[in-house]
Amino acid sequence: MTAITIRLKGCRKAFADGTVAVHNLDLTVEGGETLAILGPSGCGKTTTLRLMAGLERPDVGQVFFGDQDVTRLPIERRDVGMVFQNYALFPNLDVAGNIVYGLKIRGLSALERNKRCDELLELVGLHNHGRRSIHELSGGQRQRVALARALAPRPKVLLLDEPLAALDAQLRERLRSELNELLRGLGITSVFVTHDQGEAMALGDRILVMEQGRVAQLASPREIYQQPANAFVAGFVGNLNAFQVIAQSPRGLTVCGGELPWQAGEVPATVYCRPEHLRVMDGEGHLHGRLLAQFFQGAQSRLLVDVGGPQPLLVDSSDNQQHAVGAPIALAITPHMLFTLNA
Amino acid sequence: MKRSSLFVLQLLFTLLVCAFMLVPVLLSLLAGLTRNFFVGLSSGLTFDWLVQVWQAYSPTVWLSLQLALACAVCVCVVGVPAAYALVRMNNRFSRAFEELMVLPVAMPGLASALALLLTYGQFGAFRSSWLFILVGHVLFTLPFLVRPVMAVMQRQQLPVLEEAAASLGAGPIKRFFSVVVPNCRAGILAGVLMVVTLSLGEFNLTWMLHTPMTKTLPVGLADSYASARLEIASAYTLIFLLMIVPLLIALQAISARLSRGERR
Repeated sequence: MTAITIRLKGCRKAFADGTVAVHNLDLTVEGGETLAILGPSGCGKTTTLRLMAGLERPDVGQVFFGDQDVTRLPIERRDVGMVFQNYALFPNLDVAGNIVYGLKIRGLSALERNKRCDELLELVGLHNHGRRSIHELSGGQRQRVALARALAPRPKVLLLDEPLAALDAQLRERLRSELNELLRGLGITSVFVTHDQGEAMALGDRILVMEQGRVAQLASPREIYQQPANAFVAGFVGNLNAFQVIAQSPRGLTVCGGELPWQAGEVPATVYCRPEHLRVMDGEGHLHGRLLAQFFQGAQSRLLVDVGGPQPLLVDSSDNQQHAVGAPIALAITPHMLFTLNA
Repeated sequence: MKRSSLFVLQLLFTLLVCAFMLVPVLLSLLAGLTRNFFVGLSSGLTFDWLVQVWQAYSPTVWLSLQLALACAVCVCVVGVPAAYALVRMNNRFSRAFEELMVLPVAMPGLASALALLLTYGQFGAFRSSWLFILVGHVLFTLPFLVRPVMAVMQRQQLPVLEEAAASLGAGPIKRFFSVVVPNCRAGILAGVLMVVTLSLGEFNLTWMLHTPMTKTLPVGLADSYASARLEIASAYTLIFLLMIVPLLIALQAISARLSRGERR
């Protein structure tokens, strides 16, 4: 089976109270790709997912699965697999009962159902858990059952609403990589909603960043992080250092605390970089300042460095060196890690 | 440890109150088993009265059971979808409807019965069949099922469970029976037992609606109090208690299980 594309054409959705959740959204999810929809709460990401699922109907616009217009089809006739935020497992059924629910509706025989159920329990690593009650499962196990249940009827697309949000940090990390492997292995078109940029980066082939019901940027994780389309995207997917450009100098740009390397012809008003792209130097650097504070974070430490600008610079350093507060600090930057933003 | 005199006084008071409420019940039961109540226990104990009651009034017992069961079925069929609709709508209209539904409970049974008689009394066959009483019972007991079922439905994450079922291909009817009903089982069961209990003991409405051919147990009881020996009436009470007490115990057990399930 070839994976199908999902296409939203000019979709708009407003709620009864008048708030517009999604403005004229055009979006194509390619067959087999995993798209992450990322944004703060209330940005319309869940509504977008629900439009694809058929749980919401757009006020204006169309939804296509492949060439088929599914705008008017309710969710039960769209053939989608869906994983809900709190899993929404049926508490009256055991694990196997949950997994075969969709198969029963499709009229599979008991033999076929059991076979498929065993396959899926195997796939999510829960063999011998079929007869367990939902109440006996841990959060991670519930998540897997929810996934198995969604995949059991071999849906055309898989939609996941904050699939890992209800888990604790350690488990989230592990299930994230498992989910990643699973989605790659299945090659199914999948869309998931998250507010966690790390999750979006790790799982998404592409990321759709949404802001107030509109597309802020749709690009690969690398592009989103390194060439964010605007200040909102840049700020949402990580921390940012901003440098006000004072003047152009022979070697680059003069900013508070030193000079930044800059090749491009045009002189921007402000340039930006990520905290981990600033390196602490022993001798000379591009920028010079004093250490305000250092926070040890395990694998790396975060430094606040005052270079005389309005905000102290954030520096993520992995050299694990202890600096004295107030000590002079020299910082260097890789030239291509500097970028500019549209307002 | 030495108990204070206050404790002893409190205990005494409690026991007195208990006795005040329980002694009449026990006396009544005893009366039903005593050969001659006016002579007292010295006249000996007997099952004769029970047998006599059974011979005279067993049809009322069967009719009451039949009514209670039919009433439970009707209330389920009407009440569960009604509760679902009310929870789903949750607007001004549905709340008004909920209040309206409780009206037959608040109104004197005689008044509701009179209204039924005024409206449907002219349909002779309907009027003289037990179905006429059934209508009264259903009206009266409906809120006692709808309320607990609504409470359970509001507690559960039913909307998202239904969305999950829909995503797996289940249509609205399938969702209702495979997701909504099973997950409200406890509430439905509690409601049904309540309905059965109420229907078995219902007197006000039934007394107005019954005919000599459709006498229920409580109506028969009133009849026996009015016309037969005190022992017969007491024996009759004993039979009624034998029917209703197991039901009440089941009711307790279910509500205990309900609250336990909630904590999980």
